[in-house]
Formats: sequence, structure tokens, C-alpha cells
Amino acid sequence: MNNVQKQYLLNTISAAKRGDGRGLEDFRKMEIETGVIYKAEGSARVRFGKTEVIAGVKMDVGTPFPDTPDDGVMMVNSEFSPMASPKFETGPPREPSIELSRVVDRGIRESKTIDTKKLCIKKGEKVWMVFVDIYIINHDGNLIDAAALATVAALHSAKMPEYDAKTEKPNFDKKTKKLPLSCKPITVTVHKIGENFIIDPTLEEESITEARFTVATNDKGNLCAIQKGGVTSLTTDEIYKAFDLSVKKGKDLRKLIKG
Amino acid sequence: MTKDMLKNERDFVVPGDEIVKSMDYLPGKHTFREGDSIYAKGLGVVSISGRVVSMIPLSGVYTPKVGDMVIGEVKEIQGNGWVVDISSICEAYLPLSGVRDYIDTSRTRLDSVYAIGELLYAKIGAVNSADSVHLSMQDSRSRKFNGGRIVRISPSKVPRLIGKMGSMINTIKDKTGCRISVGQNGYVWLDGENIELAMQAIDMIEEKAHKTSGLTDAVADFLGGKKK
Amino acid sequence: MRPITIKVGIIPNADGSAMFSFGKTTAIAAVYGPRPLHPKHKQISDKALLQTIYMMAPFSTTERVRPGPSRRTQEICKVTREALEPVVCVEEFPKATIDVYINIIEADAGTRTAGINAASLALADAGIPMKDLICSVAAGKIGKEYVLDLEGKEEDATDCDLPIAYSQRMKKITLMQMDGDMSVKDTKETVNLAIKGCEEIYKKQRQALEERWMK
Repeated sequence: MNNVQKQYLLNTISAAKRGDGRGLEDFRKMEIETGVIYKAEGSARVRFGKTEVIAGVKMDVGTPFPDTPDDGVMMVNSEFSPMASPKFETGPPREPSIELSRVVDRGIRESKTIDTKKLCIKKGEKVWMVFVDIYIINHDGNLIDAAALATVAALHSAKMPEYDAKTEKPNFDKKTKKLPLSCKPITVTVHKIGENFIIDPTLEEESITEARFTVATNDKGNLCAIQKGGVTSLTTDEIYKAFDLSVKKGKDLRKLIKG
Repeated sequence: MTKDMLKNERDFVVPGDEIVKSMDYLPGKHTFREGDSIYAKGLGVVSISGRVVSMIPLSGVYTPKVGDMVIGEVKEIQGNGWVVDISSICEAYLPLSGVRDYIDTSRTRLDSVYAIGELLYAKIGAVNSADSVHLSMQDSRSRKFNGGRIVRISPSKVPRLIGKMGSMINTIKDKTGCRISVGQNGYVWLDGENIELAMQAIDMIEEKAHKTSGLTDAVADFLGGKKK
Repeated sequence: MRPITIKVGIIPNADGSAMFSFGKTTAIAAVYGPRPLHPKHKQISDKALLQTIYMMAPFSTTERVRPGPSRRTQEICKVTREALEPVVCVEEFPKATIDVYINIIEADAGTRTAGINAASLALADAGIPMKDLICSVAAGKIGKEYVLDLEGKEEDATDCDLPIAYSQRMKKITLMQMDGDMSVKDTKETVNLAIKGCEEIYKKQRQALEERWMK
């Protein structure tokens, strides 16, 4: 980023303000809408300011992993389409896309949000597979938190296809039961700029971030997943501050998920 | 308006809209002639000046023109100059010869003159074959920016931001007391006490420029009312 | 035709963007450019490269689509580019690139036609010099009736699936494909129906652009 804008942002943030008038710990205007993709079993569109992501849940019947014969399978994938930002290129997922997918996955998996045993159809042979695909529509920072929120909203509003025992395939014309879900994990990423911590950065603010700390919390306020990003190191005090901020802000975001 | 003229001044047109069906008119900027008619070559509003029919685009990437002042970011430092991003259809190059003072490259590192990430107010010195643009820092207005803030508007709105003979931009400068430098490529640098106010005026112009006339007065009223 | 929904300017980062839906088929298009093209060996010395990339979101179809290009999507990239290029003034920007990204987020037949309609709007929204808008729709015949804008369920019942792209002003066709088994006479009727459909779509495109910019 150019020096003028960089200096301006550093100055405002060190004065505990943001370019758009927010406080350091404030989210941008947020919108969540579920059921936006007709053919998906579940879907959600999340907007944080100008950042927009869509998460879609698709299901299929498949074979379980050999070491977990009576557990359903979940896979999270993300697409950083070049339509969302001049920084994105066509081609297979690069590091940021892979990291986002895996961090979102970890939050869902470690919080045991999906009761995978209930997704078993026939032990060792047939289980439900849950695919979450995250599409970035416009990138203006904080993709991980937006994607994680969209994923949880999509899962909670999803309806499973019925299993047709004759064809041994899902019947997409009949979507009835909800997924076996027990919790709403929320991911909040905290960014260090100078001596201050901010959440929900815009793309500009993200480009001057020294380090970021992503924490996923469950309904009880326990930590389920952590990811540190960026090349600057953090003291334990700074990390514990990030824990507290994540738990606090996670509670606010959790209220937005229905079901 | 004659009976051949199908559109009025300021009418909205989409690519391919027929503006006039007559050999008495000449196709101006952003229009083309096919047969007897002149058509719009993009999205914009009609502008008629005597016998010349033009279209003013509402959006579009900046096209470099010799003599324009632009604001660019240094992206790369090469042996004999700097590669500068001016957010246009091609990158721009500032050669050593374009800098005001003589630089002895055996003693001075180029990045100590202009470093990567720095913003320059430069003039388009030459446009060669549409893929290579040369910049110059020799104009008295040229400089490197320090401090302040940068905003971006659509390049197509820059003429309205500047106004006839600078009337609009001077009104904003006077009423907010800000220093403002405008790049034809849509970048605007501001510094001063009332930057927020100046930015609001700029937003107003970007939003309304193609929809209303009398904008200069409207902006003056807006700023007059808010002036401390 | 199914109900058409259009929104122009939905992706702030892009130079131009639009969403176009035929019923439950939705395409989002984003345009960046003209901008510098790298690597240099791809540059064309006397005009801009128009790159169209068409992709389907994995959640857009009944059975999930694996991410990544397929032979089908690559063919659609090509015919889409050829549908749009005749009206884009690429000769004004030698060596540059105009990138058009089309993403199908809901697929219920007619995805390539929705994609072309969205791309045409996005190109106009980006202020790219163009000589016309391009409209696109598919038509077919089910039993004795000619049908416009086939939806998913109708694709199996139709005698042919014939998508076209059309330039309203020049009254010329820039894309035509056909799958099926139909007499020459019936095929001509189908084409005529598709052209009428394009005329309707043109009006809606125009209206959406005016709403975006003038209100």
C-alpha cells in the first residue's frame, strides 16, 4: 500500500480510531441472509461492510474413512474467485484460500458442531458427506470471520436430503430433517497494528496488520481452535488479550445465528 | 433539436444507442458513425456542442494523455528509473531524465530519491504506442506526497471535481482550508484541518455529477452551511 | 421466459459488475480492465486480450460440482468470449487485458446465457467502449410448442436446446449452439423465438443500467 495511506491509518489507529469512525473493537455493518442458493441444502450470505461471502452446503452419500467407519464426513473448501479482488488469480487454491478453509473447518470440527455419528447410514459402508463451499464475492478484509459465520449460518439453516434405500442415493427432491448440530462456533480474528488491537479490518487495514490471531469459541466460551498469522511475534499478554476479545465478540456474533 | 436528433443533451445512453441520424453532424468523443447514424460507444450521457455529438462516459479506466497531472505509486526501481502504477491501461515509467535535479547514479541510490510505496504527483510526458507512458517530475506542481490522505474517485468525474477554470476545486479549497491535489487518473490528495468535510464534498460530486447541473453552487452551499 | 432479475454494480472492487437471473439460474459477472497484461508474451500488439473465465460454484447444482475447470466450462469460456468480442472495442487498448469473470452461483439450465447477459452488463458498467449490449437466451421445442428459456426440467423434454447471443443494434447473432434433433424449418422458428427473447432482455438490461447510474 502507498505510504500516504499507510501513515494515515497508522496515525488514526494509534489514536484509537478507525478511518470509518468505528472503535477499535467494533464490527462494520453486518448482514446475514440464509437460504440464498436454491439448489444448496443450506446456504448463507454474510456481509461485513463491503466484504461479501456466500457459503453453500451440499450433501452426498459416500464411504466413510477407514479409521472412522461410523462417522459422517465433512469437507470445507473455499474459492477466492478473481472477481472478488484484483489480488486474486485464477487457478487452484493458493495459501490464503487453503488456510481459510482449514481454519473454518477446525472451528466446526473441534467444537463437535456436527454429530458425525448421526450421519452414519450403514457402518463401514455408507455415510452422509457434508461439503461446505465458501465463495468470496467481494474482498474488503476479514474474510476468515465472514466465511466462518456464513458457514455456521448455512449449516444451521440446512435441510438434509432423504436417503433413498433403493437407489442408495440422496433424494434431493425431499429435504426434510435438519443436520445434527449441537453448537454455534464463532470465529473472531484480532489484528495487531502498532500497539493496538483491532477486529474486522477493512482490506486497507489488513495490509498494515503486523500479526493476526484467530480464535474460534463455542457456546460455552471455550476455545476450540486457534490460528496465528503474520510474521510479527506476540507476547503472551497480547495473546491472552486476543482470547478475551474473541470470547466477548463471539457472544455478540452468535446471537445473529438463528436455529 | 432537429427531427434527426434522437437524444437530448444529458440523456442517458447505453452502448449502441442511436443519438442522431444525419450526415450533418460529426461523431465526437466516445461515439461512432455507421451509415447515416451516430451511435454511443459505451455507457454515458449525451453531450452536443454545435455539430459535434459526443458521449461523456460515466465510468471507465483512466487513459493517459500528454500533459495530464497524475498521482502514481512507485512499484519498482530499475537501473535508470522507476516503474509507477497510475491505475491505467498500462504502467508508467519515470526515467532519470524526468527528475528535476541531476542524479549521479554512482553516488545516489534511486530508492533514496523515490522509494517503493511513495506517491508522486507527476506529469504525463509522453505516450508511446499506447503501451508505454513516460512521466516527468519537472512541472512546478510535481512533488512526492508526505502525510495527508488519499481518496479515489472515478476518472470520469475528475473534470467535474476540478470545474471550469478550477472553479469547483477552488471552492472546496477555500471553504475547507485544505490543500488538495487532483490527479486526472482519479486520485485526490488532501491535507488540512477539514479533510472530512472536503471528502464529503467530493463524495457529493461523484454521486451527482452526471445527474444535475448547478453542482458548483450546491457544493458551495453545502460547505458554506457546514463551515466552522 | 422465466422472471428476470438484474442488479448492476454489486462488486465494489471490480471496475464493473452485474448479477443476472433467469428464474433460479443466477450468474454473477465482474470485469477488471483494461489493465496491464502479464506475462508479456500473452500481449497482442494491436488490441486488448479479452479473457473470459466461466466457473460454476460447487453448490450451484443438485449434485455438487467439483471445483475447477472442466471441458464443458472451458468450451463455455471460449464461446462466451466470442459472443462478446464482436462488440467490444479491443483495438483501442493494444497489449492490455480486459478480464471478465463469470460465476454461476445457482444453476437451473441456461447458465451460459445468464452468464453472457451478466457479462455484457458488467462490461458496460465498467465503462469499456462497446458498440452494443449483447443479449442471450436459449430456446427449444417441446411437443408442438416452441419454448423460450428452458429450465432444468424442460431440458430433457425438448427436441432441441438452442442458445444464442444477439446484438440488438446490428441485428446479428454472435453465438449459436444447438443440441437436438429438429428439422431445418423448426430450427429457424426456434431461432426467431430466441431473437424475440433477446429483444425483451435488452429492454431489461437497459432499465437496470439506467437505474444503477441515474437514480
